[in-house]
Amino acid sequence: MRDLFLRVRRLPGRYVSPAFLVAALLLPVALDNYLLAVLWQAGIYILMALGLTIIVGYAGLFQLGQAAFYAIGAYTVAILNLYLGVPIILGLPIAVILAGALGYLVSRPILHLRGDYLAIVTIAFGEIVRMLLVNNVFGVTGGANGLSGIAQLSLFGFTFDSIVKNYYLVVACVALTIIGVQRLENSRLGRAWTYVREDELAAEAMGVDTVHVKAVAFVLGSALASLAGVLYASRITVISPDIGRFLESVIVFCIVVLGGTGSLPGVFLGAFGMVVLPELFRFVKDWRDGLVGLAMVLMMIFRPAGLWPSRRVALELSGAEEGET
Amino acid sequence: MPLLQVSGLTKSFGGLMAVHNVDLAIETGQIMGMIGPNGAGKTTVFNLITGIYRPDRGQIRFDGRNLVGLAPHVIAEAGIARTFQTIRLFPNLTVLENVMAGRHCRSRAGVVAALLRSPRQRAEEADIRRQAEQQLRFMNIWHFRNELAKNLPYGDQRRVEVARALATAPRLLILDEPAAGLNEQESAALMALIRQIREMGITIFLIEHDMKVVMGVSDRVVVLDNGSKIAEGTPAEVQANPQVIEAYLGREDEERISYHV
Repeated sequence: MRDLFLRVRRLPGRYVSPAFLVAALLLPVALDNYLLAVLWQAGIYILMALGLTIIVGYAGLFQLGQAAFYAIGAYTVAILNLYLGVPIILGLPIAVILAGALGYLVSRPILHLRGDYLAIVTIAFGEIVRMLLVNNVFGVTGGANGLSGIAQLSLFGFTFDSIVKNYYLVVACVALTIIGVQRLENSRLGRAWTYVREDELAAEAMGVDTVHVKAVAFVLGSALASLAGVLYASRITVISPDIGRFLESVIVFCIVVLGGTGSLPGVFLGAFGMVVLPELFRFVKDWRDGLVGLAMVLMMIFRPAGLWPSRRVALELSGAEEGET
Repeated sequence: MPLLQVSGLTKSFGGLMAVHNVDLAIETGQIMGMIGPNGAGKTTVFNLITGIYRPDRGQIRFDGRNLVGLAPHVIAEAGIARTFQTIRLFPNLTVLENVMAGRHCRSRAGVVAALLRSPRQRAEEADIRRQAEQQLRFMNIWHFRNELAKNLPYGDQRRVEVARALATAPRLLILDEPAAGLNEQESAALMALIRQIREMGITIFLIEHDMKVVMGVSDRVVVLDNGSKIAEGTPAEVQANPQVIEAYLGREDEERISYHV
């Protein structure tokens, strides 16, 4: 009976993703370049937020420095390209691996501590990265002005030189990432993340190397942010330390929480709320940030589990509330 | 050689000596019981063996291998599984998912395998599920497999914990007060189950306050009082030991006195 109920509930879900993908593929026909650029931007944030979903949603770790890894990705391909002439497509894997390695180095020494320490360390790491970029570390980051003249991504002679092409590139990256993240979620590793989130000591006692699985989540999440940075740098071709601002990390964090921590559809809703809507409401000018803040406060009061909560996380949140009363 | 050999085990928390110079030896295939008044240090011994605490002094050898300083997950992988005094299931996961946790240290698939869904990874996933289901059947909780662990009655949650521990394919199973909160009928079933697990070749070490259970099922019993071992022997020997009787009755006197003061 319960099985049947679950199957019925999941039925529409099976058509949501393909329908969404078809819609995403058809959108360039209907939208002008400005709106397409907004969606492209949202796609970049979605990639970062998917990475953060692995870290925050699956492994239950705090990470408030996602923009630092984004900036590392963007600057790595830019520096390799501008100083050494490395094409973006070859710089991309280097940037992704470098960010993953840095993610490991930053998180590994403190993963056995409680989550709040990790939040502080990642904030500090984000600021260190930004300050290094501003202060023109090794004389290669261009200081506060940043870098310009970065090459566009080109693959087998096909250059991603228009917004439509870049839009499709981001859609493809997001689609592949979604498939990958879903596969991870439903794997031995994904279950291990859930065990750690539910009861770390019990997980450890049952043979889960909790520090290792948390580090893996951190590395994957950082690498995804770096990928987003690479895609950004290769379309905009101009980058500055501003892309690594703390505020950017907060926006990505908000996307994850607003949509519903650990929920993949939630990431899309969150990005719509945090990136697309503020862009479309540019005309309200100075009121914009205040309205976003107000919306966040109302959200946390009325839908604390997010717009489209992950079933599991919603259970955990309600359990926590029961525990408090 | 004993399967588990503990010697000179000592652990203090601040000024409190929780475990003092404890020696233990458990032979393969034995059921060893551990009793003692509350606060005698029994659970601390378990936590030391399973790596949750690190001993101040002493040795812990499992099948000849030194366990001191190893992380709990390494010890689980070495073949020691446990349950907890206060049940520690993953409350928002299904019973099946809970038991599958036990298979984690017996499987290998990492990020790449999960992303590619290689035939080997899928075979491993099927194996994890099959082995977990086998434990669910063994523990008679198959019908609960899709329920959330937190929604199960207390006694059945204990069964899930044992199933999860058995899923790690342990050689030594450590049970911390398995009969706590069970009624007489459930306790009897538990005793039968413990014997059945031993028949499978698994050595058992249990803490238990229910004397009927611990004396009925154990081959040998150790008695802890104030962190020190005061007696060891067959259930009959231990029950006749004057020091043990004093530890229990004497303590009760003290408790009564302090209660009134």
